[in-house]
Parts: sequence; C-alpha cells; structure tokens
Amino acid sequence: MNREPRMVQVRQNVLKQNDMVARALREEFRRSGVFVVSLVSSPGAGKTTLLEKTLAGSQGSRRVAALVGDLATENDARRLARSGAPVRQIVTGTVCHLDAMMVRRALEGWDLSALDFLFIENVGNLVCPAAYDLGEELRVVLVSVTEGEDKPLKYPPIFHGADLVVITKTDLADAVGFDRQALRKNLEGVAPGVPILEVSARTGFGMEEWLALLEERAAAARTV
Amino acid sequence: MHELSLAVEIIEIATNEARRHGNGRIQAVHLRLGPLAGVVQEALLAAFPLAAQGTKADGADLVIEKVPLIVYCPRCRAERQIGFEVWLFCPVCRTPTPEVRQGREFEITALELET
Repeated sequence: MNREPRMVQVRQNVLKQNDMVARALREEFRRSGVFVVSLVSSPGAGKTTLLEKTLAGSQGSRRVAALVGDLATENDARRLARSGAPVRQIVTGTVCHLDAMMVRRALEGWDLSALDFLFIENVGNLVCPAAYDLGEELRVVLVSVTEGEDKPLKYPPIFHGADLVVITKTDLADAVGFDRQALRKNLEGVAPGVPILEVSARTGFGMEEWLALLEERAAAARTV
Repeated sequence: MHELSLAVEIIEIATNEARRHGNGRIQAVHLRLGPLAGVVQEALLAAFPLAAQGTKADGADLVIEKVPLIVYCPRCRAERQIGFEVWLFCPVCRTPTPEVRQGREFEITALELET
C-alpha cells in the first residue's frame, strides 16, 4: 500500500462509439441518397406538428419517412403515420436523448435508397441531445415563441450545434408578447451566422420557405 | 440528464484500458471537458461513483480538467480565449466568432492505476 499509482495516458473520446456509428450512418445515408434532418427542441416546442405538416406537404412529390423518439408511448408515430409516410417510433425508456445506435437499430430493414428525406425527431430536451451525433446532414433546433427569448443563453451547446434554427408557433407571437429582436440577438450571440426561419405549422406561415430550404440543402448535399 | 450513461461509458473505457495495462485497480480517471460538450460537470461527478460500483474503478476519483473555450477571430486573425462561455464574439474587437477551435472536448486523458 501507499505506493505511488501508475499514470497511464489514454486520450480517448468518451463518445467515440457513438461518433463511429454516426459516421457510418452518415456515409450510408449519403450512399443511399437520402437527406437526413434531425429536429431537436424542448418538449412542446412543436416538433411533431412541424413534422406532421412537413410530411403531409411533401407526400406525393417526395418520398419521406420519419423516426420519432420519446421516453414512452407511440402517440407521435400514430399521429405522423396519418400523413401516409412510413414512421417508426423509438421508445427510449428512461433515456433522455437519441443516440446513433438507437437510430441504427430503428432503421434495420428499411430501404434507405427508396427515400428522399428522412426526419429524425429527437426526445424533447435541450440539454442531452447536444452531445450525440446521429449521422444527420441537417440538425434543426426549434424554439417556440412561447418559450422565452433567453433560451439560447440558457442552453448554449444545443444552439451552438444547430445548422438551422426554426422559430415556431409564430401565430401566437402577439398573444404572448414575443420579442423577435431579442431572440434573434441571443441566437446570433450564441451561434453567430446560424440561419433562422420563422414558421407557424398551424397557419402554414413560413412552411413554403422551410420546404424550399430542405429541397435546396438536399440538392446541395447530392452534388458534393 | 444523460450523465449517468456517460459515466457508464467512461468506466467501460477506463476498465478496458486498465485491462491492457495489467488489470490493476483504477484509483483515478482524468478527463478533459469543454464548455460546449453538453455535459454538466456536477451531474457527472455525482453519477461517476454509482457507475463505478462493483468495477475495477470502484471508489476511484474523477479528476476533471476544464478546457477553456477558444474561438478564431476572423478579423484579428487570431485565436482568442472566451471567458464567459455563452456569447461567441472576440473579446478584443467584438467580432462574432462562429469558428470554435476548442471547447467541445469530452475525453479521457489518463488513468491512475494501483501498482
């Protein structure tokens, strides 16, 4: 006893396994020509409603599918399946985020090359999903006008990792006294230069722009 | 709260490494953690002893080195350290700095093994 411990250098990323799976998924998505979009937000920011309208809006012209994550219930999958698009629910149990392994498991048996877009709806949570790469091409962080303009300051890592921020429920902006400038200023502070869209999935406001942006990004990814 | 699953991951990596180095008991695990890694240090410290129970790392210390946030300022053409981790702008000229050079680290750097 009392002997000096031996120091062993390691240098290993704690999330190495997740990152490796995510990288493999990303390659598979690219090979299959499917553009993968993930949606992250706090619970109740409107991920499922946006997705519902997005699936409905692209059915017919585009082949779309969705994976949705929740701790329990298959409510979201049932709701989304009404659009006619293939939908799979990932029930995480008590886990507060999706990881790349869950996505890989959920995709087993799916022909990805038969899809143009795959949407992955993460568990409602602004903290934990930030650490997990899912292999997506576009990570969208949603923030609703009812949430308070300082959300980006309270949860910087998730906003910092966003490829796009969608401000949702803009039809309620006046009712809740939403300060658009304050939210935009905070977003710009935490994630300088991040593109921002404003959408109301309920009224359809901004939906055309959102769908156009998806098309544009998907086209750009295909030419890389 | 994903820190418990992260702690389990850390223990797994640490015990695998320890096995390669004689399989002794682990007395401490050293970690580098950046402010943009999305990991809450206090929660990780609380979860670590639980995850370590019944493993070679039972009772081990978790030593966390906080990595400062470093961004690249396109105007100064220099790397700058940001003290306050939320607003990404150059502390010298106040230009927004989307390019993060350091701050997402979440890695095990070393183990202390019983001899």
